[in-house]
Amino acid sequence: MDFSHWAPINWHTVFFLLFSIVACVFGVAVVLSSNIVRMALYLIVSLGAIAGLFFLAGADFVGSMQLLIYVGGTLVLLVFGVMLTAQGPFVSMKTGGGDWILAFLLSGCLLAILVPAGFSVRAWQNRPAAADAAEGHSSHGRAPAQLVSATDPHATKAPAKTEDAVDREVVQRNTAARIGMGLLGVRVDKLESPPSKLTGGMVGYLLPFEIVSVHLLVVLIGAAYLARTKKRAGGIGSGGVG
Amino acid sequence: MDVLSQPIGVAHYMAVGAILFVSGAVCMATKRNALGVLMGIELVLNGANINFVAFGSEFLQSEGSYGLGLDGHFVALFVIVLAAAEAAVALAIALNFYNNHSTVDVDRADELKG
Repeated sequence: MDFSHWAPINWHTVFFLLFSIVACVFGVAVVLSSNIVRMALYLIVSLGAIAGLFFLAGADFVGSMQLLIYVGGTLVLLVFGVMLTAQGPFVSMKTGGGDWILAFLLSGCLLAILVPAGFSVRAWQNRPAAADAAEGHSSHGRAPAQLVSATDPHATKAPAKTEDAVDREVVQRNTAARIGMGLLGVRVDKLESPPSKLTGGMVGYLLPFEIVSVHLLVVLIGAAYLARTKKRAGGIGSGGVG
Repeated sequence: MDVLSQPIGVAHYMAVGAILFVSGAVCMATKRNALGVLMGIELVLNGANINFVAFGSEFLQSEGSYGLGLDGHFVALFVIVLAAAEAAVALAIALNFYNNHSTVDVDRADELKG
């Protein structure tokens, strides 16, 4: 076969489709499954795929934090909760048929509102300006066959970066250092942006960072207090565990 | 093969976020297991997080359009941390409820019903 007339494959799109399909399928499987142990497993896979989506969007620090905190911490906590309570009838609890019908009706309506709303704004579709002009500003739907080729000089006005420049930009775009400085209160990514009075220390996230720190401390103490084992009043004998 | 050559924009990320949000909402509404409700909350928070990260990304925006920049990443990080805190407390409450009532069925947690 001759592949030369095909548009070049956008690998960002390929990996986006891969991760998004995995995330959505396993996210829906969490809803449809009634076994709590399997739900936990599906949730782990779905959140891992979401971390892949974060990496694809250029958010390397957020993606790794998603893997470390969410998949490695929160979900392990959830799995422990599942193991402590999944006994006998609680492993698989069925929902009534009427509830399912109502839930799917309402969720279908919500989905039918949210997805077209996302696709209805032209600025959110990452298409070159020339393609928009040729299409005549139709407000919904994707362009039928906008074969944007990187070698065509007048078709692509916006993404006019060469491949080398894009690679260099990707290397310089890792966000961990900038996020660390921002959490300390210095926004090194906004040094030149107006208003100049607010830059250089005034627009960082130091106060929310401190609030979250204290919040985490309070929450951990509270959770340990709530989940502690205690002797039941009038229980069976003494020293009963949990 | 047109699908594979189209660039990905914020709208695609929003569609994924919407699907995860809706399935999380359905999970919260229909599950009778308290831990299932917790998993629904995690899905909802992640659906919102995808939107924040997508709006903060430079690679998904058209040239010259306005995005959140690094602020989206900050909000996503705070959401992750707060979700961890929320899961810890909610699990503690669920375990306490299980110890006292020997069930995790949220339909039977109606002691406050008037």
